[in-house]
Amino acid sequence: MLTLDGVTIAYDGRPAVVDASLALEDGHVLAVLGPSGSGKSTMLRAIAGLEPTAAGRICWDGADLAAVPTHKRGFALMFQDGQLFGHLTVARNVGYALRLRRTPGAASRVRELLALVGLSGYEDRLPATLSGGERQRVALARSLAVQPRLLLLDEPLSALDAGLRERLAADLRDILRQAGTTALMVTHDQEEAFAVADRLAVMRDGRIVQQGDIAQVWRAPADAETALFLGYARVLSGAPAAALLRAAELPAAPAVAVRRSALVVAASGPLSGTVASGRVTPEQIRLVVDVDGIGELDAVARLDSHPGAGDRVALVVDASRLAPTPYAG
Amino acid sequence: MMTRWSRPLTLAGLAAVPLVVLGVFFVLPVLGMLSEGFWADGKLDPGAVAEVLARPRVHRVVWFTVWSALAGTAFSLLLGIPAAHLLHRRRFPGRRALRALLLVPFVLPTVVVGVAFRELIGEAGPLGFLGLDGSAGAIVAGLVFFNVAVVIRAVGAAWESIDPRPAEAAAALGASPAYVFRTVTLPMLRPAIVSAASVVFLFCATAFGVVLTLGGLRYSSVETEIYLLTTNLLDLQAAAALSIVQLLAITGLLFVTSRLRAVPDPTLARSTGRPPRVSRGDWPGVLSTLVVVVLVGLPIGALVVGSLQVGDGYGLANYRALTTEGSRNALLVPVTDALTTSLRTAVDATWMSLSLGLLVAVAVTRRSRTRAERRARGLLDGLFMLPLGVSAVTLGFGFLITLDRPPVDFRDSLLLVPVAQALVALPLVVRTLAPALGGVDDRQRQAAASLGAGPLRTFVTVDLPVMWKPLLAAAGFAFAVSLGEFGATSFLAREDHPTMPIVIFHLIGHPGAMNYGMALAASVVLAATTALVMLLVERLRVPSVGSF
Amino acid sequence: MLALAPALVLVATGCSAIGQDSGGDGPSFDRVVLVTHDSFALPKPLIRQFEQESGYDLVVRGSGDAGVLTNKLVLTKDDPLGDVSFGVDNTFASRALDEGVFAPYDAQLPTGADRYRLPGDGADGKAHDLTPIDDASVCVNVDDTWFAAHHLAPPKALDDLVDPRYRDLFVTPGATTSSPGMAFLLTTIAAYGEDGWQDWWSKLMANGAKLDDGWSQAYEVDFTQGGGKGDRPIVLSYDSSPAFTVSDGKSSTSALLDTCFRQVEYAGVLAGAENPDGAEALIDFLLTPEVQAALPDSMYVFPVDSSVELPAEWARFAVQPTDPYAVAPADISAHRDEWLREWSDLTSR
Repeated sequence: MLTLDGVTIAYDGRPAVVDASLALEDGHVLAVLGPSGSGKSTMLRAIAGLEPTAAGRICWDGADLAAVPTHKRGFALMFQDGQLFGHLTVARNVGYALRLRRTPGAASRVRELLALVGLSGYEDRLPATLSGGERQRVALARSLAVQPRLLLLDEPLSALDAGLRERLAADLRDILRQAGTTALMVTHDQEEAFAVADRLAVMRDGRIVQQGDIAQVWRAPADAETALFLGYARVLSGAPAAALLRAAELPAAPAVAVRRSALVVAASGPLSGTVASGRVTPEQIRLVVDVDGIGELDAVARLDSHPGAGDRVALVVDASRLAPTPYAG
Repeated sequence: MMTRWSRPLTLAGLAAVPLVVLGVFFVLPVLGMLSEGFWADGKLDPGAVAEVLARPRVHRVVWFTVWSALAGTAFSLLLGIPAAHLLHRRRFPGRRALRALLLVPFVLPTVVVGVAFRELIGEAGPLGFLGLDGSAGAIVAGLVFFNVAVVIRAVGAAWESIDPRPAEAAAALGASPAYVFRTVTLPMLRPAIVSAASVVFLFCATAFGVVLTLGGLRYSSVETEIYLLTTNLLDLQAAAALSIVQLLAITGLLFVTSRLRAVPDPTLARSTGRPPRVSRGDWPGVLSTLVVVVLVGLPIGALVVGSLQVGDGYGLANYRALTTEGSRNALLVPVTDALTTSLRTAVDATWMSLSLGLLVAVAVTRRSRTRAERRARGLLDGLFMLPLGVSAVTLGFGFLITLDRPPVDFRDSLLLVPVAQALVALPLVVRTLAPALGGVDDRQRQAAASLGAGPLRTFVTVDLPVMWKPLLAAAGFAFAVSLGEFGATSFLAREDHPTMPIVIFHLIGHPGAMNYGMALAASVVLAATTALVMLLVERLRVPSVGSF
Repeated sequence: MLALAPALVLVATGCSAIGQDSGGDGPSFDRVVLVTHDSFALPKPLIRQFEQESGYDLVVRGSGDAGVLTNKLVLTKDDPLGDVSFGVDNTFASRALDEGVFAPYDAQLPTGADRYRLPGDGADGKAHDLTPIDDASVCVNVDDTWFAAHHLAPPKALDDLVDPRYRDLFVTPGATTSSPGMAFLLTTIAAYGEDGWQDWWSKLMANGAKLDDGWSQAYEVDFTQGGGKGDRPIVLSYDSSPAFTVSDGKSSTSALLDTCFRQVEYAGVLAGAENPDGAEALIDFLLTPEVQAALPDSMYVFPVDSSVELPAEWARFAVQPTDPYAVAPADISAHRDEWLREWSDLTSR
């Protein structure tokens, strides 16, 4: 189990991570989500032993890792761009850590790992001949080869294009589950986080602002800013918040985060409003509706309905897409 | 532009100036001396040259040259690579000063270093108990003393510009620092290491003073043998035979190194973060640096102490004496004048070797389209290493007998000294620049071109930012080589404009307690000047230069 | 090329050697070019005096030792490097004469200089090619203070050097790499004969003699009175060396006058000189009392003119041998290669 206890990391005298505390149980996959510059990569590097901490402790199973050098931590680190060794073949890249531990049966293990990441037959290729996605798969296989106690992933998918990213994210989750790997992934992309992880920590300005089970964090963002970062479209407070919560039959709260699809156009509903604009997407129609008594909100409609600007519509509220938050934004 | 001939023509254009210079100031003189050996009494007699090669003494000499140079190179690498890591990838107070200090041996005349070394390891010296005086061990130590800076500087410059992340990835996979170094860092450094090693090997194999002074005459190398044959016995056939051996050996060496230098995927980072502080894991670097500092520092310290010795006490009299011609001493000109001559000559030699070196480096590193083109570039690359491997005596005498008639009537020219020094420095310059240029991703040049940048602008915006550090390192090398060059310079310098090493040689070669002290003092002045210039060059490493 | 811009600035602002005056290029009768070795040095006022009186600018091209100089002259004899040469000595002169490097010139020799003529030069009443300018003898030197302190009688002759009492006390530069070293080899060849010197050298080496590559290493590093305070009190040096170890009116060293070989340095007009008149003027100049008197201080050698006054310390402490060993120049020329090879094999064993 990985625990961070009040970790502060300074970069050239400027604090990059401030008083970060975290816990990651074995077998879980934790995503650290934060905008770029939030200090999440620095924290990852510190866990890997590549950055010294200014204060606090990083522990594994309760033992302080401060004096343990990177290569003795038993972690594996996978970089954003893979960092494959350009002068080694795919097989030798994957088998790198096996060779250094003189593990018997390395060749078959390499084949197995390549099969796991879907690259059977790639053994003798050089990294320069691979596509971006293939390289990341090789990097993943390389990281998994030694069955690390903890796999550290630094934006593993962000260098890839959207379709590939989605596919690989699903693969990644399956591979990690299958291997039972404990993993910590940093990312700025909430979809990537949701696709891969089961735990989530949100980082902003060097601080961990919220952490917990991914669904729970999703349902209850700690504050408005977190909510927006988690993909909520708007955060309401005061009277509009109260009106919306009432319509959703939820208890009152000082603020509420609203997803884009929380309001659905229906034949009749607790809310009504005037369509301000509409846009057709392959799955549904996205609308901006001026809701009576609340103001502008996003809503969706089925593809077979045709609300136009200025039309009056009735709306139902999907309570599972609202997140009451404790603090006003 | 993209016709069939444009690429070969560009290559030829880039290489033309360096080739002409090499042809006139190297190929012609060496061929002149070789033909003196082959044409005995007006008729061609290659048999006599071949007969020389069968002599057992020649075999002994060649064998000694090879093994001493290999040992010198191996120890220079062994000490230099970890020290390069500490001095170029770690942060600690005084590292600039240390880097400058380590270049000092480069400029010290061998005769003075010989004195300094032997004051330490000689029978009466503080290290006399080691029994090194007159041994092969002393020769190897001397070779390392002179050459370890080449390794530190060339490898260090490359190390500064490689991406640290693959090494971090390997460490995160559980590889120990030693394993990371062996499997990740070393392959990335290989071009720089092979380059440095080949240059050091050539320097070691052609070392002259070190072998004689520290070996106590018990050992002969090809170089000392050529000197003896040419200057004393005038046995030009034998000298030609040995010169041929030298040329063949270099050709072989260049072939091997060009193979070793090739790497599948050389990529360099433009900039890497600030180097971390020294930590416990850096002990190999710290240890090597300490050994190097002791190896370099002790003889230099002995020099300084000796220069301050006046009679039985200490004082600055030797230094004061340097500024006057005096009525009773061997100074040809005031040392201040000699220093000025040395510095001016070094400036000339530096810009000459940098311009030539840059052209050569660009010509040899551009990606080749055809096999013939690649071969041509490889050949070119090797050609400019040749001056390192050929005896200064051969070159010096060759100048005299070939550059005496138009259009190459340069025997009296003031250009001769800086050109000769530039040629000696050229391989170092090319070997420092080429790995860096070779590491630039060609796509960046293509990107710049597609954005409308001409070749010059592409060079300035893409290559130069990456080249800046190696360029400075190369300039430092060239400057130091020029300041310290003695072999060729002693043949060419004119009596009315002697350089520092020549004045020092003159001083130490004549009796009188004052002369000895002044020779040491002049050496210290030369060393201090070098260190100062190197320090200034280090200061010039402005990171923002890449932004124009 | 932007990289060259700083270089151009440097050249333009004069931080460059190329901008210096070239000392007059191209053939000219206004100058005389002296080709010499790297030990050549004369006081500036004397050179200015020569230039004023003769009307020629003196250009000095000096590099290497006597061997380098001789071989340079031989290799460039068809297109000489200058008009006149100084510095070929009696161990190399024969090679230069055989190759026809010099043109004859009979200068008016000063008092006593005649005995320094090169044997064989100017035979059959022909004009001489070479003019003797100075001489210095290579002799074994001893540190008298050391021997006094160790209550040991210093050695006197060559035979003493192989005496076990003087074991590990002698240091000499090697014959292959230094000109005094070669002179010492010739001393032993003259003393023990062409077939006897090898045996003596074997004994010398067995007696712990130390070989260095050059005079500076032997004298300054290993000799007890040298700058580096070595530990060997017997060294091969020159007859003039005791004049340089004087303190409190006494020299701490002395030269063993029975172990000497005389080296005479010659000047000569180069065959094919562009300015033979200037060349002859320079040789005459080198023989003037002023130059002769300046030789000890400038080049550490004795003048061939016996009438000039020596510097005070030379007059007292630098004693010249009366009957040094000698080897005929023609013999040296004929056997140099073979002797050096033999010597080298003997000493590196």
